[in-house]
Amino acid sequence: MKDLIIIGAGAIGSAAARTLAQYELDILVLEKESDVGEVTSSANSAIVHSGYDPVPGSEKAAMNVRGNLLYDQMCEELDIDMRKIGSLTIATNDEEVEILRGLEERGRQNGVPVQMLNREETLALEPNLTPEVKLALLAPTAGIVNTFELSVALMENAMDNGVKLNLNEAVTGIRAIEGGYEVTTNRAVYQTRAIVNAAGLFSDEINNFVNPVKYEIQPRKGEYFVLDHFDPDFIRHTIFTVPSSKGKGILVSPTTHGNYILGPSAEFVEEKDDYSTDGETLAQVLATAKKLVPSIPMNQVIREFSGLRAVEKSGHFIIEESLPGFVNLVGIQSPGLTSCPAIAEEVVKFLSNTMEMKKKADFNPRRRPMVRLNRMTPEERAEFVKKNPKFGNIICRCEMVSEGEVLDCIHRNCGAATIRGVKRRVRPGMGKCQGGFCQPRIIKILARELGIKNEDVRMKSPGSFILMGETK
Amino acid sequence: METKQYDLIIIGGGSAGLAAAIAAADHGVEKILILEKEDEAGGILLQCIHNGFGLHRFKEELTGPEYAARFASEAEKRSGIEIKVRSMVLKITAEKEVHYSSEAEGYCVVQGKAIVCATGCSERTRGAIKIPGDRPTGVMTAGLAQRYLNIDGYFVGKKVFILGSGDIGLIMARRMTLEGSKVLGVAELMPYSNGLTRNIVQCLNDFDIPLYLSHTVKKIIGKERLEKIVLAQVDEKFQFIPGTDQEFEVDTLLLSVGLIPSNPLLTEIGVQIHPKTSGPLVDENMQTSIPGIFSCGNSLHVHDLVDFVSMEGETAGIAAAQFIQGTLATSEDVIRTEPGPGVGYLLPASLHCGKDADGKENDFVLKFRVQKPFQNVSLVVKQNGQILKKVKKAFLIPAEMENLTIRQADLLEKNGILSVEVSNE
Repeated sequence: MKDLIIIGAGAIGSAAARTLAQYELDILVLEKESDVGEVTSSANSAIVHSGYDPVPGSEKAAMNVRGNLLYDQMCEELDIDMRKIGSLTIATNDEEVEILRGLEERGRQNGVPVQMLNREETLALEPNLTPEVKLALLAPTAGIVNTFELSVALMENAMDNGVKLNLNEAVTGIRAIEGGYEVTTNRAVYQTRAIVNAAGLFSDEINNFVNPVKYEIQPRKGEYFVLDHFDPDFIRHTIFTVPSSKGKGILVSPTTHGNYILGPSAEFVEEKDDYSTDGETLAQVLATAKKLVPSIPMNQVIREFSGLRAVEKSGHFIIEESLPGFVNLVGIQSPGLTSCPAIAEEVVKFLSNTMEMKKKADFNPRRRPMVRLNRMTPEERAEFVKKNPKFGNIICRCEMVSEGEVLDCIHRNCGAATIRGVKRRVRPGMGKCQGGFCQPRIIKILARELGIKNEDVRMKSPGSFILMGETK
Repeated sequence: METKQYDLIIIGGGSAGLAAAIAAADHGVEKILILEKEDEAGGILLQCIHNGFGLHRFKEELTGPEYAARFASEAEKRSGIEIKVRSMVLKITAEKEVHYSSEAEGYCVVQGKAIVCATGCSERTRGAIKIPGDRPTGVMTAGLAQRYLNIDGYFVGKKVFILGSGDIGLIMARRMTLEGSKVLGVAELMPYSNGLTRNIVQCLNDFDIPLYLSHTVKKIIGKERLEKIVLAQVDEKFQFIPGTDQEFEVDTLLLSVGLIPSNPLLTEIGVQIHPKTSGPLVDENMQTSIPGIFSCGNSLHVHDLVDFVSMEGETAGIAAAQFIQGTLATSEDVIRTEPGPGVGYLLPASLHCGKDADGKENDFVLKFRVQKPFQNVSLVVKQNGQILKKVKKAFLIPAEMENLTIRQADLLEKNGILSVEVSNE
């Protein structure tokens, strides 16, 4: 019997795995997708929220504020790209000014540093903002994170410390047994003393297998634009519209790689795999974004995408030990990404109720740092490449990624096995040509390193093939 | 770090870069370095295995690799030209330092007296044109499909639709058909084709592949691999016309929706970019806003015929040679050019009256594209509003780049504004 099965390897499941890897537990993570962080954790705004927004006293507020605090150490230990650039929430009329004052008060109650800036102060910080701005709420502890790197780094470090990860394995049933649970998947049957349900969009289904209290996830779609990295000073903070009942509103933000992101929309959808984008919705996203930043250069758009927030019907984070040894992390929508290290701490508390939590003597909280060629000086880089020639072979011309970086991301724990997996870890395909140049090269490297045929390399899921066999 | 010295550094060993190198060598430049990212020189021609190249230049029909080989072997004959392959340029400086990286040599910095940027163009993607719908595999640019098929030897689709009637899309319609795929159609947003007429005839008509003008893809459907597309007709304002939706069950959608000059190296050092072409602003010498940095080929503006790419490369190569030798005439007097009615863009952006490499008064080759098809019109070149030259044209289409030569003797003065327009008179 295993000690613990974590269902779901998104940011929440991966953070739980990494935190629990400190203890002497036999942990298995089951992920139905072909990679970690493949669903909601890789399609979101990639913001580390400051925490001024959630209702004071709520679970969301507590997790957000604590999570934000824990982010610095977590990202430093795991070499995750994260920068606390601060956020500005913008009011352009009297009604919004009122809302903003309410948010300032909420921020104080939540213990989040916030500061009101007048029009001149705001425009001095962000010259490309709309001149219509009347007042802005600055939250200096807000940040941006490489959301792709987050789940990967957490899981890699968990695996470095003994956690086992099974990909492409979907849970199809759970029942309570003596001293724990029996978990059935599409591949095997496991017995485990405890379960953490971090199944995101599907966390209701996992809960409903065993818990008499039923939950219901309603996916709420957010659509985005991604712009190329054309000017590092175009926008320097995360810019928010004032929030509404539907979500935190539209944002315009730089990403950790100097791209810009616009979005998200917020519409409930029926299907949990509906990632389509829609022209009208995106036109609205753009119109709102342009109210914040009128001069957004739309010829720099390189991609549109959508993500699904795992919203529980109640609208709340459900973080609880619902049954002995069955911990639910349900409805972890925004600010879930920010909250992930705090939620992981809660999981430890719950599991302490049913099992002995003994710390390992040899837990290593640090991940081997990524090789970041583009941040080296020419001298450092020349020296490094001399010793590691594969880092001299550039295979992505938009993002200037080397073969060495691709090889490294394939051969680490929690390594890439798909084109998208490589793209999310070290960026080939993230640029203007969207893989037009690098994709054939990535396919060859993946095939060679994984010992498979070129035509068996997948974008992500088993049906997402690119090539259909060799020509005659 | 050791910095090797060269006279001329050429970034990109495609048709433009090779032509520039050969011309520079023939005009006395002794140390020329070509940096090429691929395994061999030749550029995009290497994957263009169809024929039709070189009709202007060699008066015969060559395949892409054959055309490239002629230039590559000419370059090899010249001892002053060194070609480094699998070498990616990471950055250049206004002082003409070039940083590149390769597995063989590592991270290197070389210094030139002049630089020719011949970095080609890249294809517009789904993201750039914002096609709504799901995000399955099987939606790719036509050039990528061409690479998989012609270089790597892989098949990319059985039932194919092509969006955009650019030349690569048309060529791929024929190529996929010959390979055994079923090409269900080609859609073009505009009411006219964006490819060369000969390609419409030889690649679509000869294979009974329908061309849907004023149509575009409204939605992409498929969770993992592409399953189907919804095609619809658009009105003059490019709005979908209700009731015109048609579904096509396809596993592959190729995009041939435009090419964009690729110039990150130049934009990073502040070279001025042409708002219409996305290439740099150049003068008649193909010199950019930074003296000694030249641009040519598809990274300057997108060409439809490689013959003109080679010519432009030669112009840049000769001018770079003159720059290095200190004989490139620079004049205080500048003629600015601007497209007149009916003309989309006009190059070069500025002209200086001077001497060419042979010491004669230089001619100016104006290159431009019209904004839409015209029949039985005149092209009129004006300086400060006065007509310099008028040429009758039976047909003009945006897909074909136009050339007009203006001699110094034709000019009214050595500055002012020179324009080209389409006239019905």
